[in-house]
Amino acid sequence: MTKSNPKTRPARRRRRGAQILLLCASVFSLLGAGDPASRFNEIGHQMMCICGCNQILLECNHVGCPDSDGMRNELMAAVSRGDSDSLVEQSFVQKYGPTVLAAPTTQGFDRAAYIIPFAALFFGLGLVVLLVRSWKNRPAPAIADGLRPVRGAELEQFRDQARKDTDL
Amino acid sequence: MAEIGSFALLLALALSVYSFLAGIIALVFQNQAFQNQPSSLASTGTPAAFRAAIPSVADASFVATLRRGSERIGETARRAGIATFGAVFLAALILVICAFQDNFSIAYIFHHSNRDLPGPYKFAVLWSGQEGSLLFWSLLLAAYGFVLRLRYKTDPRLFAYASVVLAGVQIFFLLLLDFAARPFGLIEGSLRADGSGLNPLLQYPEMVIHPPMLYLGYVGFTVPFAFALGALIMKYPGEKWIHITRRWTMVTWAFLTCGVFLGAHWAYSVLGWGGYWGWDPVENASLMPWLTGTAFLHSVMMQEKRGMLKMWNMWLVFATFWLAILGTFLTRSGIISSVHAFAQSSIGEWFGWFLLITLAAFCFFFFKNKSHLRSEHKLESLLSRESSFLFNNLLFVILCIVVLLGTWFPKLTELVEEKKVTVSAPFYNREAIPIALLLLILTAVGPLLAWRKTSLESLKRNFMWPTIGAIVVAVFLMITPQSWGSVFGLRPWQDVSYFYSLMAIALSVLVMLTVASEFYRGGRVISKHTAQGMFASMVQLTHRNTRRYGGYIVHFGVVVVIIGFAGAAFNQDKEMEMKNGDKMTIGPYTLICRSSTEDDNANYFSQWALLDVFKDGKPVGTMSPERRFYHASQQTSTMPYIRSTLNDDLYLVFEGVNQDNGRPILKAHLNALVMWIWMGVWIMLIGTVLALVPNAPAQARVPAPARLKRTEAAPVTTGD
Repeated sequence: MTKSNPKTRPARRRRRGAQILLLCASVFSLLGAGDPASRFNEIGHQMMCICGCNQILLECNHVGCPDSDGMRNELMAAVSRGDSDSLVEQSFVQKYGPTVLAAPTTQGFDRAAYIIPFAALFFGLGLVVLLVRSWKNRPAPAIADGLRPVRGAELEQFRDQARKDTDL
Repeated sequence: MAEIGSFALLLALALSVYSFLAGIIALVFQNQAFQNQPSSLASTGTPAAFRAAIPSVADASFVATLRRGSERIGETARRAGIATFGAVFLAALILVICAFQDNFSIAYIFHHSNRDLPGPYKFAVLWSGQEGSLLFWSLLLAAYGFVLRLRYKTDPRLFAYASVVLAGVQIFFLLLLDFAARPFGLIEGSLRADGSGLNPLLQYPEMVIHPPMLYLGYVGFTVPFAFALGALIMKYPGEKWIHITRRWTMVTWAFLTCGVFLGAHWAYSVLGWGGYWGWDPVENASLMPWLTGTAFLHSVMMQEKRGMLKMWNMWLVFATFWLAILGTFLTRSGIISSVHAFAQSSIGEWFGWFLLITLAAFCFFFFKNKSHLRSEHKLESLLSRESSFLFNNLLFVILCIVVLLGTWFPKLTELVEEKKVTVSAPFYNREAIPIALLLLILTAVGPLLAWRKTSLESLKRNFMWPTIGAIVVAVFLMITPQSWGSVFGLRPWQDVSYFYSLMAIALSVLVMLTVASEFYRGGRVISKHTAQGMFASMVQLTHRNTRRYGGYIVHFGVVVVIIGFAGAAFNQDKEMEMKNGDKMTIGPYTLICRSSTEDDNANYFSQWALLDVFKDGKPVGTMSPERRFYHASQQTSTMPYIRSTLNDDLYLVFEGVNQDNGRPILKAHLNALVMWIWMGVWIMLIGTVLALVPNAPAQARVPAPARLKRTEAAPVTTGD
């Protein structure tokens, strides 16, 4: 019988945790994916009506719209045929132009729309961490002669006392 | 009348120019008199040209004369600023009078009014078109300037600087009104008997108050910006300017909040598509300064309490002002297509130049005087209120970047790839929701962190019960049957929107519980020392630190709004052509068409249907959605009928009539939790008003520790 090395146990546990998370994520993403009604609803909310009303295709509400009914029928037919999401989107883009998609694609320059916010977030986080570090390393302000700075355990003691006194 | 209006605007321009120039001259000479040496002017932000013009003086009597002279000039500049308000007010009054008198010789009145327009909407004509709304903007700016200049004794020098900045902004708007977008321009050709009428979408009670609120918010941010720029130019010592502008900023923020949500409510009640936010560029334009303004309201506390983030705050207050102007630029330049932008005109260029000039001026003074903006304290721990504000600001700014990027991205792709793209709700949902959820976590954790440092142990202690409460609510929502309606039976694995909704609701509950625990713990301390009941203690606690506890109430309101937003994942809709007696079922509601009819009056022709409404088989009332055709403007407008409950809104739209058989076509939306949004806004406003109330003096006292026995016991105090 072989015993596992105690040093590798946490790593293995982490790996197993990551695998479970990945599995959960895949299950989540696949659930409900095959239902034609939910697919129609999902894809229909990713497209715009092209009549100029600036509405999402499934939310275009004006009577006599020359486009939305036809577009919805096309979408329903494509979903019923079992066309993949990307195929449906491509055929709509070919027919109506790229403005039919309600959001930028994930190709070419369009990718910038998705990358910039998260790049800015990570850049900002990095900046905050640098800032916090530089502030923490800044020397403490000078104290007048005769006064002793309170630090460490003594400072914690005073803080605990303050907390007890105020219950906050 | 038109001549008097035009003259009033020219006079206002002359007064503003005088207020601006005389204000600068007075400040330059005051600096000279105060410091008595030309070289020192460099450090006070005085332009080189002025420095060269002033001789070096040492004589005390000359300095006294210089000081008196500069004070007199400064006083005339202040009075000219006050008089500007009078002149702009006169111009606005004349335009309103002309609207009530149906003076169609004025092109603006002809295009935005008609004889049968109801009185309140004739008043609203002032801000219904491009020229009038610019006049209204100028009026509000002059009104803010009027109040500021009357209160100058608080700090005469700082107020003088702020007054000059305000006068500079005022000059820009008056130049527009006098030369580019003249509200008193006369109509060309023969005089018409009636006007073209007001846009039907604007003929709704909320449109009488939505634009003023929004403009009060937009324009109001000029005031904190003016103070900030003034403080930067004069290297204002200390943080007093922050104290002075705190109330201005909060009032302005409240107006902007009110304006944004009134706009959302108007869109919901009038546009008839069943939603309240369409991520239209014009809506985004109002959201961006709100986001940076909210970030500023948080980070400014760090400057007040700890003397930190001074440079950041300067940029935030500038960005808020700048984004407000950028929003106006977007609405008026026609550079980005929007469903409710003003007509394309040349004034977009004016705004473009103004934006560039303000950016250049701000950058110049910032880089010149940034050494004055160094932080005074160090950060002691990552687990502190300070760091939570840092992350909070980061997330607000990233949200603003998402909205800015989404708004401008179609234009960017046009420039880079020469193709057009659409950026609508799916993009914003994908990018903004995760960031907003992170922000909610911070809203929950932030108030539990102390300034300087918080121990992990105390964070765990304070955070445990709210977290357990939030988890219990989330599990409850997941296991309840879906037949209970709206958010019940929320299975996050069924759809990503359900997952976001569940997260938003759970985190909102977490925020509510942390806010409640803050009130409880503070109330318990007071109750222990005063023997009052818990509720009375909490009221006293709030009175004692209105800003902190008012802020918590605002947070409470925000999460109520978020719960309302989370309901959008459960919206349903159904469309049907209905003859008398036909039934439509949506969610728990059954609608039976009783009749449909038509009506005509001087202002509009209307078609409407009458429907009986049943909920779970029980009658709950009748609904009558309507569609109007306005005679003067020859435009159509829907008047949805909305039945609101805490659980959901039944939203009925009369979409039109089938031309073949004359039957009405009706669309029903069942929108979950929408009422929570409007309730949340009221709570936010109540919290803001409370935060503006001055603190009551502390009464409760705690026993002094043993070694302080001989001295007076310290009163209980609470920090923000």
